[in-house]
Amino acid sequence: MADLRFDLAVIAEQLHGQAGKTVLDVGCGDGALMAVLRDNCAIDARGIEIDAELVEKCVSRGLSVVQGDANRDLADYPDNAFDYTVLGQTLQTSARPDKTLEELLRVSRTAFISFPNFAHWRTRSALLFGGRMPITRALPVSWYETENIHHVTVEDFRSLVKEKGARIERRWFFSGGKEIGTPGANWRAEFGLFQVSR
Amino acid sequence: MAPAFAPTLYKVPEDLPLDSGQSLSGAEIAYETYGTLNEAKSNAILICHALTGDQYVASEHPITGKPGWWERMVGPGKPIDTDRFHVICANVIGSCLGSTGPKSLAPDGKPYAMRFPVITIRDMVRGTVALLDGLGIEKLHGVVGGSMGGMQALSLAANWPERAERVLVIASTARHSAQNIAFHEVGRQAIMADPAWADGDYYGNEGNGPEAGLSVARMAAHITYLSEEGLTEKFGRRLQDRESKSFGFDADFQVESYLRYQGSGFTQRFDANSYLYITRAMDYFDIAEEHGGKLADAFAGTTSRFCLVSFDTDWLYPTAESRHVVHALNSTRAKVSFVELSANAGHDSFLLPHDQLDRVVGGFLNG
Repeated sequence: MADLRFDLAVIAEQLHGQAGKTVLDVGCGDGALMAVLRDNCAIDARGIEIDAELVEKCVSRGLSVVQGDANRDLADYPDNAFDYTVLGQTLQTSARPDKTLEELLRVSRTAFISFPNFAHWRTRSALLFGGRMPITRALPVSWYETENIHHVTVEDFRSLVKEKGARIERRWFFSGGKEIGTPGANWRAEFGLFQVSR
Repeated sequence: MAPAFAPTLYKVPEDLPLDSGQSLSGAEIAYETYGTLNEAKSNAILICHALTGDQYVASEHPITGKPGWWERMVGPGKPIDTDRFHVICANVIGSCLGSTGPKSLAPDGKPYAMRFPVITIRDMVRGTVALLDGLGIEKLHGVVGGSMGGMQALSLAANWPERAERVLVIASTARHSAQNIAFHEVGRQAIMADPAWADGDYYGNEGNGPEAGLSVARMAAHITYLSEEGLTEKFGRRLQDRESKSFGFDADFQVESYLRYQGSGFTQRFDANSYLYITRAMDYFDIAEEHGGKLADAFAGTTSRFCLVSFDTDWLYPTAESRHVVHALNSTRAKVSFVELSANAGHDSFLLPHDQLDRVVGGFLNG
């Protein structure tokens, strides 16, 4: 699992030893996580991906991926169709992150959700001292071309989960691609990963 | 006109039951194979052809002398690799390239003509499954089809779910829409309005069949296989072999000349009654209706892997139709992939060079 992005590697670790479970990876990209889940964990993973070329890559790896837009197409899946859903660094690109969270918790019991934390100190200081929309390691794209239309912080996400009557079962924080501790996460974490259940 | 040709035939040993309640006795299925069947008989891929297609998927057409209709996809080292797979392609019943159809002789020694029973897509697949039985192939590595071929692949998956491990459906649909039926009705009426059609009883009239009507049917249908963008790019308003308009009804425009050529070429290789029967079968096609009205029920419990491909300029079987199938498969928790590819040629894109399509087809069948 060494080749996986840091947040996906943690998810793969969590799902290891859960052979036979089902996972829907929403915004699965080239299917890297799905391939690991299938090959190393014997998990039945499916994906949704908006980019046709990435879907093609997944299909040629023998993965089952549907080209689609999570904002619209999650609605096509029945309630509790999967044991887990994964939303890796995609929440902030969603048209309605609150609705997306609801959908994830409708189609699965448990969702893994990761996102860049807009309250990281680099972002805060870029805005505070530079007076400009931050361009940082975690958010490298200008405001006018970024896909991140709903920036979110660790604290925002916590309160959204609470508002939706769900609960955070586990959380992980990352800086520089490495896991860091929980204290001061809303300042220190570039990315957060949450395991959320109804 | 047509030189004698000797298709490879399989004679179905039993009567073939049909959805209409009738049955077809002594049915013959004409087919071609490519590549070697392995000892376990586990490397067979069935390719289902479209409305006017035939079994010559990767070999020369015996009447036109043209290369196989999907030769760019099927062959050694091609996406459907005949070095690895044993490819089978059968002419559907109702057609006219060797399988039993309206042109064939009925038990009374005369052509069936309009006495041929009305068939459905599922009936076509029944014929093909009988062929697979005859060849001793229990389980296909995959079934592949574009357009009406995709309908057969879906029908096989819905009605004989144990027979195919992989189901690849390209530019197709699980039901014919009102618009699809409407275009087919134009074609059928063109044929039946031709006096030479003679209520379908034209086989004795050497070379005097309803070529004009069939040609118009093909012209109308051909438009639906293309896209506005593709037509504009290929022809625009350019004139054909002339400097100015003739102020008459010659084929002034290149697009007219092209359609006339398509229409007349088609009559050389296709039987008008087969065109009536096969378009009817497509119009009757609605997998959900066959399964109590709910498409998902047609695929309940399937263990096959599915892949659907649509093209963004295909207005005959648009992406929404593929998505409709994907939705149903998702709700049965089937393993399904779907991708919409970009191409400007409309419905015909599935027959034309397309690198991404090649990779999806090869990847899905090898994965």
